[in-house]
Amino acid sequence: MNISRDWKQWRGLALWVVLALPPVRHGLEAAMTLQMLVQIPSLALAGWWLRPLLSGAHVPESLSAWNRNGVSGILLASLTTMVWMLPRSMDAALEVPWVEGAKFFSLPLLIGVPLAISWPCAGFVARGVFLAEVIATAFRLGWLYFISPVRLCSNYQLGDQQWLGRILLVIGASIFLLLAWKLLWGRLDSSPNPSRDNGIWPRPTRKRGLHE
Amino acid sequence: MSVLRTLLASLLIVAAGVATLAAATDGFRAFTSETALRISVREHPRALPPVALQTVGGKSIDFASLRGRWVLVDFIYTRCMTSCSVQGMEFAGLQTRLAGPISDRKVKLLSISFDPSHDGPRQLAAYQRRSGGSGAGWIAARPTSRGGLEALKRTFGVTVIPDGLGGYVHNAAINVVDPHGRLVAITDWNAPRQAARDVLLDLAR
Repeated sequence: MNISRDWKQWRGLALWVVLALPPVRHGLEAAMTLQMLVQIPSLALAGWWLRPLLSGAHVPESLSAWNRNGVSGILLASLTTMVWMLPRSMDAALEVPWVEGAKFFSLPLLIGVPLAISWPCAGFVARGVFLAEVIATAFRLGWLYFISPVRLCSNYQLGDQQWLGRILLVIGASIFLLLAWKLLWGRLDSSPNPSRDNGIWPRPTRKRGLHE
Repeated sequence: MSVLRTLLASLLIVAAGVATLAAATDGFRAFTSETALRISVREHPRALPPVALQTVGGKSIDFASLRGRWVLVDFIYTRCMTSCSVQGMEFAGLQTRLAGPISDRKVKLLSISFDPSHDGPRQLAAYQRRSGGSGAGWIAARPTSRGGLEALKRTFGVTVIPDGLGGYVHNAAINVVDPHGRLVAITDWNAPRQAARDVLLDLAR
């Protein structure tokens, strides 16, 4: 076991702990843009990186029978994302300690981990539907934040909200262009993937998927 | 088999997700904390904390001393150059609109400063003058303790954040307090007609 593999095993936990440090937490929650585009994705990424820690005997192999093509996991991640994108949730996380706690556990464990498990075994259709929904959500929310004349979060300023809207529109457009590029010149799924139906922990594929 | 199991798992996840979203939005009614606050107040009127307020005249009052009449409350700071100055004009307009019930001692207007270290009686009086207030039935006041201010902000759901320019941004609104001294409704700060209608409808009953 070399040092770099060790580091890879623990980086998820490390990121999780760093994000929970009070100065980091307050810093990333000082602006709506930072909370939504840095803190929330970083927490999900910490969960994604937790995957090596969970692999092996800890998770029953039979779980994969409940997660064909990664559909269940992607659904779980999508619904959890919807909860934390509500303006009300972002406000409540700042004001109510248990909501903040729920955020810090659900983002890694209900978004990052299931996506890390499910994305590699997701096929073209599951990935395509997921990405189309990500693009649509970025445009919907971005447009809403960009044009709303009222503040949707009591704890953030209107200018902050409009900035978030602009950046979300750019993100939506970027993913769309990337996806269009892949559709025309690349491939969306990572098949042929011999381990797809063999278990919940397929080996990482050689070919780089969209998630990287 | 795995198709059926995945379908079952997915249905369970969707059911749990929809239930969570419903709980997080008061049954898909409140997507922002402000809407949630207003629904909560309408459905569960809130008792007001016994907080001492100092008026423009230097007198000390609290909500108990205003019992028996409707009170329309807003939160302001007098240095505000944007929405609060319009809030003041709206309250001056309410004075005219509710002149009858005010002179019958059935309605009071109350502007509370959330910036008490700056807003003394003099600043509050100047604020009322600047807004075109006529004096009758409109009290401007500041809480006399930090704890009192915090209790008021909590009960009325007032969130104040610095605007980065030395001033504040806050969720301005008109708060309706009934004759029993309970906060029963919160309406838009720029829709005084709605707040007035709430009060007049009840008085006409």
